[in-house]
Amino acid sequence: MAFHRVLAAVLAAGLPCVCLAQQDTQKEVERYRELLAEGNPADLFEARGEELWKAPRGPKQVSLERCDLGLGAGVVKGAYAQLPRWFPDTDRVQDLESRLLTCMVGLQGFRPEDAAKNPFSAPGRPSDLEALASFVAGQSRGMTLAAPLRHPKEIEAFQIGEQLFYRRAGPHDFACVSCHGENGKRIRLQELPRLTDPAEARRIFTSWPAYRVSQGSVRTMQHRLFDCYWQMRHPQLDYASEASIALEVFMAKYANGGEIRAPGLKR
Amino acid sequence: MADPMRIRASMAGDKVEVRVLMSHEMETGQRKDASGAVVPAHFIQNVTVTHAGRTVLSAQWGTSISKNPFVHFRFKGGKPGEKVSISWVDNRGERRTDEVVIGGG
Amino acid sequence: MRSILALPGFAALALSLVGCAGGLSDDEARQRAERVFRESFSHGNRQMAAKVEQQDEVQALCTRYRNEPPKDVADGIERSQGAVIRYPASGKLLGDWRQGEKIAQDGYGLRFTDPDTKRPNGGGCYNCHRIAPAEISYGTVGPSLYRFGALRGTGEATQRYVYAKIYDSQAFLACSHMPRFGHNGVLSEAQITHLVALLLDPGSPVNK
Repeated sequence: MAFHRVLAAVLAAGLPCVCLAQQDTQKEVERYRELLAEGNPADLFEARGEELWKAPRGPKQVSLERCDLGLGAGVVKGAYAQLPRWFPDTDRVQDLESRLLTCMVGLQGFRPEDAAKNPFSAPGRPSDLEALASFVAGQSRGMTLAAPLRHPKEIEAFQIGEQLFYRRAGPHDFACVSCHGENGKRIRLQELPRLTDPAEARRIFTSWPAYRVSQGSVRTMQHRLFDCYWQMRHPQLDYASEASIALEVFMAKYANGGEIRAPGLKR
Repeated sequence: MADPMRIRASMAGDKVEVRVLMSHEMETGQRKDASGAVVPAHFIQNVTVTHAGRTVLSAQWGTSISKNPFVHFRFKGGKPGEKVSISWVDNRGERRTDEVVIGGG
Repeated sequence: MRSILALPGFAALALSLVGCAGGLSDDEARQRAERVFRESFSHGNRQMAAKVEQQDEVQALCTRYRNEPPKDVADGIERSQGAVIRYPASGKLLGDWRQGEKIAQDGYGLRFTDPDTKRPNGGGCYNCHRIAPAEISYGTVGPSLYRFGALRGTGEATQRYVYAKIYDSQAFLACSHMPRFGHNGVLSEAQITHLVALLLDPGSPVNK
C-alpha cells in the first residue's frame, strides 16, 4: 500500500522523530481523504438539483429550464466554467448563486426574499440553492475554468475584489490575505491555499461547491466566503452580495485554467 | 422524526448502485458539552435495505460510525422502476424508512 | 517569502495583460471597495458591522501597503504600537501555564455565533503555532514556539518581550499577521500573563 511505501522511504531518509510524526499525520489525513472520495455524498445533491431545475415551481409554476447562466437560455453544460461574468439583462457581474436567484425571481416569480430565504442547509431545512448549485457545477465537470474578465464591469469587480482581499479589519486585524497570502501554511491541520498563486488557485477554487463532511452538506463558494468572514470576526456576509462576487472574480483571475472538479469533497 | 434520507438508486451495468446519505447525530456518548455534562449516546444500530421482499444489505453499527452516515453499495437483481427500501433503527428505538425508485443508470 | 505575485504592481501588470478598455484608478478602486463593503454586510449584526467598517490607522496602512509598508511607515507603526502596550500594574508577567494552555487551545470569542460575553475569549494560538509537544494539531502560519523559554531564556527581559509581543505584535513587526490581542481587547492582561507562563515557565511542557 502506498502509505507503507512512503513510510518506509521516510524512515530510510532518517528524518528526526518529530518530523516523522508530522509526516504520519499528513499521510493519514490524505489516506482518509482518498477513502472518502470513493463515494461522494454530493452526488445526491446533484441529483436533487437536477429535479429542482426541471420542476415547475414558484408562483408562475415554471421550471428553470430557460434560465440563462451565461451561455444562452437553458444552456447548463459548461456554464459554470464561465462564471462569474457580466450579464446584459441585469447589467451586473454575477456568480452562479446570484444568477440562480435572478432566474428564480424572473422566470418562476419568487419574491427575492423568498428565493434567498434558505441559502445554507441546516438540520430540518435542506437548501434548494445548494442542490441547484451542485447540479449546475456538475455540468461543467472536467472543463477548464475560463471566467471572462473582459467587460469593464468584470474588470472593476476584479479591482474591488482585490481591495477587499487585502482589507484588514476587526478585533483580529484579519484580511483574506492573512490566511491566503503564503504558500505552504496551514491552520491547525487544514492546509491553506495561496489564492494569488495560480498553481494553487487552479486546484482549489475549482473544487467548489463541495460536500463538506464537517457540515454534513454540500457547501458553495457563497458559504465558503460567509464562513471565512465568520472566522475573521466580521458580521454575516450578505448572500450573493456585491462583495462576495467581487472576491470571486478576483479569485477566478488566478484560478482560470484550472480543471473543474466540482462538486468536490472536503472535510 | 429525523430528516428524510437522501437516496439515489441507478443501474451500473447489471447491478443496482445505491447511495444513501442518512441524517443522524451519531453521538458516541463519550463527548462532553460546554458545561461538562456527557452528551448521551444516540446512534443508529441497525440498517436494513430490502428489494422485492429480500434483504440486500444488513448492517449493525456502533459508535465508530460518524455523523450523517453515507452508504454506497451495489446489489444484483434489481431493475429500473422497482423500489428499494432503506430502514434504520437507533439505540433509542427511533426509526426511519425511506424508499427510492431505481433509475435508469 | 516574497514573490512577484505579492508586489502591488503585479495586479496592475496583470490587468494590462488582460487587455482592458477601462479600469479604475487606485483611489477609485479603494473608494468603490469601501462602499461595496459597507453594503455587503447589511443584514447581519450591526454592532460588528460598525466595528469592521471603521479601520484603525494601522489596519488602513497595512491594507494600503498589502502588509509590506515602506521603512518609514513601518517604523511609525512599530513606534505607535509600542506606545500602546499596557503592562499589568502588579508588575507580575508570569501567570499560570496551565491556564495558558487552555487559552492557547480555545478559539472562542468575537464571532457572530459567540454571544456569551461573560465567557472569556480564547487566544486560538494553536491555530497558527506549534506550542506544547503533546498537541500535534497545530498550525504553521506562525513560527513554532516549542522550547521557547528553554531556547530564549526565561528572565525579566524575555518576559517583557513575550508579553508585549502578544499584547501588540506590530510593536515589533509592522503589519504582522498576528492579531494585536491586548490592544484590540481580545485577551485580558491576566490572560496574556498565562500565555507568557506557557512559553517561559520552566515547568511548562513547552520547555520540557
